[in-house]
Amino acid sequence: MSHAFVEVQQAAKRFPGANDGDDLTVFENVSFTLEKGEFVCIIGHSGCGKSTIMNALAGLDQFSDGAMIMEGKEIDGPSLERGVVFQNYSLLPWLSALQNVRFGVRARWKDWDDARVTQHSLSYLEMVGLKDVVDRKPAQLSGGMRQRVSIARAFATKPELLLLDEPFGALDALTRGVIQDELIKIWSKDRQTVFMITHDVDEAILLADRILLMTNGPEARIAEAVEIDLPRPRQRSEIVKHPHFYTIRNYLVDFLVSRSGALRTADLDRRGLHYPESVNPVERASTAADTPPATDGQPASAGTRSDTLVTFTPKETHHG
Amino acid sequence: MDRTTTEWNFSLNVRAGILTVVLLALFVGLWEGLNRAPILGGGGAELSEYEQLLAGADETARVPPPSEIAVRAWEQLSDPFYDAGPNDKGIGIQLGYSLFRVLTGYFAAALIAIPIGFLVGMSPLAYKALNPFIQVLRPISPLAWMPLALFIIRDAQASAIFVIFICSIWPMLLNTAFGVAGVRQDWVNVARTHELSPLKTAFQVILPAAAPTILTGMRISIGIAWLVIVAAEMLVGGTGIGYYVWNEWNNLDLTSVIFSILLIGVVGMLLDLGLGAVAKLVAYQE
Ligand SMILES: Nc1ncnc2c1ncn2[C@@H]1O[C@H](COP(=O)(O)OP(=O)(O)O)[C@@H](O)[C@H]1O
Ligand SMILES: [Mg+2]
Repeated sequence: MSHAFVEVQQAAKRFPGANDGDDLTVFENVSFTLEKGEFVCIIGHSGCGKSTIMNALAGLDQFSDGAMIMEGKEIDGPSLERGVVFQNYSLLPWLSALQNVRFGVRARWKDWDDARVTQHSLSYLEMVGLKDVVDRKPAQLSGGMRQRVSIARAFATKPELLLLDEPFGALDALTRGVIQDELIKIWSKDRQTVFMITHDVDEAILLADRILLMTNGPEARIAEAVEIDLPRPRQRSEIVKHPHFYTIRNYLVDFLVSRSGALRTADLDRRGLHYPESVNPVERASTAADTPPATDGQPASAGTRSDTLVTFTPKETHHG
Repeated sequence: MDRTTTEWNFSLNVRAGILTVVLLALFVGLWEGLNRAPILGGGGAELSEYEQLLAGADETARVPPPSEIAVRAWEQLSDPFYDAGPNDKGIGIQLGYSLFRVLTGYFAAALIAIPIGFLVGMSPLAYKALNPFIQVLRPISPLAWMPLALFIIRDAQASAIFVIFICSIWPMLLNTAFGVAGVRQDWVNVARTHELSPLKTAFQVILPAAAPTILTGMRISIGIAWLVIVAAEMLVGGTGIGYYVWNEWNNLDLTSVIFSILLIGVVGMLLDLGLGAVAKLVAYQE
C-alpha cells in the first residue's frame, strides 16, 4: 500500500433526495493523496463539493462514504494538526487581531507563558505585514487585513496540514496579489503541507505543486492531477514569463471551460481504488502536438505563445 | 464634511436640550399655575360621597404643586436614612429595601436563567423539552404568584424576592437561549479546529458571542423587576418604596406620593443606565 502523508480514498457525499427521490450525489469515488510538504490546489466549478472535501479533512464534516487517513491514522474529528483558513476569515470579532492569533497559539501550546505566546503571535502578524494594527478589532480592519490575521493564526499554530478554502475569494485583485506573496513567504518558512481551494487559475499556478481538477457536480469526480513544475521560488511578475506558463494555464482553463462539464464521470470510474491520472501539460503538449486535447479548436500547444491567452474569469461559468 | 457633521450633531443635541428644558418649564409652570384651583373636588363644587370620604373636602385634596414637591424632595433627600418607627422611615431606607429585594431576586434569577438558557440554546433536545414549561410559566403575572409564595415561604420579605426572581427569570432565560443558539457556526468551528474543551468553548467563544444578547435580556429583566417590586411591596407592605407610596396615599400625603413616583422613575433609569454601560463593555461589531 502507498504511504502518502494524507490519503483520501473513494470519498462520496450524498444528501437525501427531496420528496423521497433518489439521493443527491454531490461527488463520488474521490480519491487523492497529499505528500508531506506539498502545496496542492483544487479547482472546480462552484457546487462540485470542494468545501465539503475540505471540511471533511478539517474534521468538521463527514463523508457519506470513504476513508481519510493522515499519517496512518483515520481522520475522525477536528485537530490542531489541521489548521483551517475559511473564506469568511472566521475571526472572533470581540478579540483584537493579536488576541485572535493568541487564541490559536494558546490553544496549541498550553504550557507557554503569556509573554512567549504574545511574542510568537506578534512574529506571525509581522510576517503578514500587520505589525501596526495588532490591537484593532476585526471590524476595524479591511477584508484583506482580516484574511491576513486569519492566515497568521493558522500558520502560527504550525499544523501539519493547512486547509485553505478560497482564502482570497472575497478580495480585490491587488490585495489578493499582495497576500499571495505573503502566503508564499510564510509557507516557505516552514514548508507545511497545504491543501487549498481556489477558483483562480493564476493563483493555483503560482502557488501549487499539483492542481486537482474536479468535474462539475452533481456526481463530481477528481478527473486529473496537473503537475506544476515551474521552478521555485515563484514570483507573480516573473512566473508569467516562464515558457511553460501559458501551456499550463490554457490547459487548466480548457478543462474548466469545456472538459469539466463534458467529461462523462462514469468514464473516470475504475473498479476499486483509483487515484486521478497525473498530467503534465507541458510534456503532453510537446509529445502530442498534433493531437491536442483542446476541444474548442485551439490547440493547447499553441499556448506556449503568450499571445494566445484564453481569457477566463470564474464569473463566466454557469455553475456559480 | 466631518466638521459639518459634528457641528450638526452638536447643534442637534443643544437644540434637543433646550427643547427638553422648555417643555419641562412649560409643564411645571402650567401645573403650578393651574394648581391654585382644587382639582379633585371639581372646583370646590359638590363632592361625591367617595371623594368626601377620601378627602373630606379638605384642602389636601389638591394635587400639590411642583414647588411643594420640590420642598418635600429637599427635606427627604437631605435626611434619607432616618428611622422613626415602622411607618416613618427615610426615603433612602425604603429605597434600600426595594433595591435589596430587586437585586437579590434578580441575581438569583440570573444565576439560574443563564446556565439553563445556555443549556436550552445548546441542545435542541433541552429546548424542545423545556419549551412548554417556559411558554406556560412566562405569561403569568408575577403578582399572581404572591399568594402561593406567601403560603409556602411564610415570609413577606422572601415572598417579594421570589416574585422578583420569577419575573426576571424569563427574559434572561429566553435571551440567553436565543443568543447561544444564534452563535455563528464559524466561530464554533474555530473552537473545534483548535481543540477547545467544551468548557473553554463555552467561556471563550459562546459566552462572549452571546453576551450582547444576554445583556439585552438582563436589561429587560431589571426593568420588569423594578416595575414589579413597587406593586409587590404595595401588596405585602412593611417596607420598601412601593409600601412607601401606598402608605403616603393612606396618609393622604400626595406630595410624598408624587415625589416617590418621580424617585421610582429616576432609580429605574439609573438601573437601566448601569446595565447599558455593562452592555457596552461586551458589545462587539461583526
Ligand atoms: N444539506 C444539503 N442538502 C442538499 N445538498 C446540499 C446540502 N448541503 C450542501 N449541498 C450541496 O453540496 C454541494 C457541494 O457544496 P460545496 O462543497 O460547498 O461546493 P463548493 O465548495 O465546491 O462550491 C452543493 O452543490 C450543494 O448544493
Ligand atoms: Mg466552497
